[in-house]
Amino acid sequence: MAAKATRQSFGEAVVKAGEKNPRVVVMDADLGKSTMTAEFMKKFPERYFEMGIAEHNLIGTAAGLAIGGKIPFITSFACFLAGRYETIRMSISYSNANVKMIGTHAGVGIGEDGNSQMGLEDIALLRSLPNMTLLQPADDTEAQQAVHWATDHKGPVYFRLTRQKLPDVHTEDYKFEFGKGDILKSAPTPKLVIFATGGVVANSLKAAEELGKEGSACTVVNIHTLKPFDDELAVKLARQCNKIFTVEDHYVVGGLGSAVSEAITNAGLPVKVYRHGMKAYGESGSPEDLYEKFGLSVSGIKKAASDFLKN
Amino acid sequence: MQQIGKPLKVQQPAALDMRDEEIKRLKEIAKELRVWIIKTISEAGSGHPGGSLSAIDILTVLYFHTMRHRPQEPEWPLRDHFILSKGHGVPALYAVLAKSGYFPMQELMTLRKVNSRLHGHPVAGALPGIEASTGSLGQGLSVAQGIAMASKMDGNLFRVFCMVGDGEMQEGQIWETLMSAPKFALDNLVVFLDYNKGQIDGHTKDIMNLEPIGDKVRAFNWDVQEIDGHDVSKILSAIDRTRSAMGKPHFIIANTVKGKGVSFMENNIGWHGVAPTKEEAARAIAEIESHLIQ
Repeated sequence: MAAKATRQSFGEAVVKAGEKNPRVVVMDADLGKSTMTAEFMKKFPERYFEMGIAEHNLIGTAAGLAIGGKIPFITSFACFLAGRYETIRMSISYSNANVKMIGTHAGVGIGEDGNSQMGLEDIALLRSLPNMTLLQPADDTEAQQAVHWATDHKGPVYFRLTRQKLPDVHTEDYKFEFGKGDILKSAPTPKLVIFATGGVVANSLKAAEELGKEGSACTVVNIHTLKPFDDELAVKLARQCNKIFTVEDHYVVGGLGSAVSEAITNAGLPVKVYRHGMKAYGESGSPEDLYEKFGLSVSGIKKAASDFLKN
Repeated sequence: MQQIGKPLKVQQPAALDMRDEEIKRLKEIAKELRVWIIKTISEAGSGHPGGSLSAIDILTVLYFHTMRHRPQEPEWPLRDHFILSKGHGVPALYAVLAKSGYFPMQELMTLRKVNSRLHGHPVAGALPGIEASTGSLGQGLSVAQGIAMASKMDGNLFRVFCMVGDGEMQEGQIWETLMSAPKFALDNLVVFLDYNKGQIDGHTKDIMNLEPIGDKVRAFNWDVQEIDGHDVSKILSAIDRTRSAMGKPHFIIANTVKGKGVSFMENNIGWHGVAPTKEEAARAIAEIESHLIQ
């Protein structure tokens, strides 16, 4: 299968979800061309609402549609949704409204538009809210299945999706298992366990392969469900290996690295954790140049992991 | 404009000759619930009497006259919905819900206490009859709009009523919804502005003036009415108009008095968020009970 952006996967999956379930509704805040809702709009105009550039109202209205029995999927850039944190807290999370939030354009991987359009703190913000489920698929197959899972799940769900195309890390027979860490590569006696999520999973896998060839066998886990987090798997792997390395296109504060650290700390395990990811604001540049600059390319991840293995 | 579903049919208002008796009944209920508002806030030791007393006449008309609802079946799919966007006025909402039979009157006395279902602001799912969590101002109107859209999609099964506060009108999100509801021609959405002219830090006109509020909302393409929010017959007439004026959402500016019914609270900003002592509550209740219903 060709590489595909997970926002595109969502756009395709939500049409199918709409065919299966007449309660599915899609809402935009003037970014439908970027969040890939055009197909749904064409097919189900009576279930599509353009709310204009007014995200607070988008969020609150979706909560109302959910009270009225609908399953609204609301879409915008990750930073613009998470930026309306208090509205999500009140109208969606505290009300436990059955709203699916689609935050696209996650991370520095969006490229040229620069930091103001990059969702880099959305996991940290939304992970702190009770009732919230957070999903970040790593490729097309996983994204499509996750959208269908979320349609059937009653409760608020936040999706973190990419602008950039992602190569497949799964085969077509892959089965998305909600709440479970997805072991992509398992070493019998790993020198390093790598947890990665979203757009950087494929690069992490490649970095792990290169490290393996150089004598440092790695286990690689794809975390598609950031909340609730698979504490059990993190603890199990931390008992097998005393070096844990996390990779994410998000701030290292509050994101995947924090979730892994919390699980391991709660279990009281004496292991070292290195949280690799964004530590400052992003900037403009091509996605490839930015991944190089911020150490999220294959070589960047490999270098950070090698340095961590040395000390 | 995006018309959702089929347009609403004009509904006939209730026969006028029924009105006198009906108005008297509603006034009696509002009088009784004013007493409960004072009792519960005093017992809690904190809460918002001013904005609860200004809202109670409208809430009484909605729950005991206008809205179709089943207290024994709170999730009845055909129910009319109510969202209290000004969540701090919830002692008034709890009072009408209990009086309607959603839960026992005596439970009102647990307001704001630990393990009570009656939180300081409305919490969705905590108590039958509470549809949405509100209390962070500006959000409930959007929620009400969403419910009205869902109703339209399903063939106009029910109407949605919402109450906003005047201080709350200062929130940006309110204006986002004022802009969007006419786009969807939500004539099944009826919003009451509890215009009691006061908020925590002072008079609304000094904090951030809303005027000319009617012109502003009319310019956003709503059907706007202005009434005395304590005159039951005027509230009923305004609701009648919402059944016949089609194609636009409804905004009713209800001029109210903060602390209405208790002379020492009326128009006194100090009673926005302060509970009466036992002695003050006794005085307030005696005064409310002395009011003659005509």
